[in-house]
Amino acid sequence: MRLSFRVNGKEVTADVPPGRRLLDLLREDLGLTGTKEGCGEGECGACTVIVDGRPRLSCLTAAIQVAGKDVLTIEGLAASGKLHPLQEALLATAGVQCGFCTPGLIMAAYALLQENPHPTEGEVREYLAGNLCRCTGYAQVVEAVLRAAERMR
Amino acid sequence: MPRPEIVRPRDLAEAVRLTAEGGQPLAGGTDLFVRLQKGGTRPEFLVYVGELPELRAIRGTEEGVEIGAAATHAAILASPAIARVPIMGLALRTIGSPAVRHMGTLGGNLANASPAGDGLIPLYLLDARVNLAGPSGERSLPVAEFVHGPGKTALRLGELIRSVTVAFPRDGAQAYFRKVGRRRALVIAVASLGALVWLEEGRIREARLALGSVAPTVLRPREVEEALVGRPLTVDALAEVRNGLSAAVEPISDLRASADYRRQVAGNLLLDLASRAAHSALCGQGG
Repeated sequence: MRLSFRVNGKEVTADVPPGRRLLDLLREDLGLTGTKEGCGEGECGACTVIVDGRPRLSCLTAAIQVAGKDVLTIEGLAASGKLHPLQEALLATAGVQCGFCTPGLIMAAYALLQENPHPTEGEVREYLAGNLCRCTGYAQVVEAVLRAAERMR
Repeated sequence: MPRPEIVRPRDLAEAVRLTAEGGQPLAGGTDLFVRLQKGGTRPEFLVYVGELPELRAIRGTEEGVEIGAAATHAAILASPAIARVPIMGLALRTIGSPAVRHMGTLGGNLANASPAGDGLIPLYLLDARVNLAGPSGERSLPVAEFVHGPGKTALRLGELIRSVTVAFPRDGAQAYFRKVGRRRALVIAVASLGALVWLEEGRIREARLALGSVAPTVLRPREVEEALVGRPLTVDALAEVRNGLSAAVEPISDLRASADYRRQVAGNLLLDLASRAAHSALCGQGG
């Protein structure tokens, strides 16, 4: 199918099978390898991207499901060359170790702050519950999201 | 493995025609894509119904709410139409993660017909009706008759789920939902209990219970519901009924839990219901 959609604000047209995973479309066809594949079955959140303002798992999304839509990936957050407050806060709290879960965590946190700009710690933990980290743990990540929320006020 | 071809119908009528030609409806994909990846039965092609306005609408009426099959859990949670059915919110909030709730749909929960389907429990408690559209017209049946067993439903060839109708419960219902799993988020339940309880002068006038993951389908233990009538909603009073509930469930052992454990948790959940009631922590309980 002829697929048209926007990625990080740019119009993209691609000739892809309608069932192609959004994850593969982003990583392999468009070279946006910031989005990661963890489990490939919706359990880990590493592939989280934002579609029309809402969080989605790109490993369980087919190309046809983003036709005409706005997709935001981790690359889009720092498109201007300046890190997003969430990214800066994660660096400051050392909330990154191997980094594989980080893009998904940041995109989920981004979705949270869009929905709820002033979350409590509990709300941050609840919202990020679908994003698994197997090395750093969550304390620094939660702190980073709270700090970013503070900075974005 | 490449995914089957996906077609996008213009409207519900075309979706029905394509389904009758052998297509399988696709909405959020959170269950279907995982099943296909794991080598489940491959449909000839998929019919993407996830964005058909007819299937996404959530409509409040005088008597209840009609929820389109392709309305996402997040859309339902955000809809003012469910304000009078707090049990829906309690259950849907526990599904997956925010991303999964923005993708998955109530129609998908129904089609998947998992006994662990969190979204199905309120439908059983509210005696919801499932509205189907097919080549020979529409029909509607109670949720308990729609779900036949794990992955098995009353859907006939060419039929798809159009919507679910939920009637508002009588005033005064207190709502409870709790899912027990290996961790708190993103879990498939080991056992879950949803309940609606009406009290009159401190005693149970009516109780509806629906349990998940303890039988081939979500279970309404009618004898236990009847045994609760007339009792105060206290831990001591419900303890007498707990063994009856453990006996009413028909769980299996699997990698998540043993049958005995599930039986015990089912009984314990009844006590948790009473314990929360004692702390005025049920939804709908006046302060």
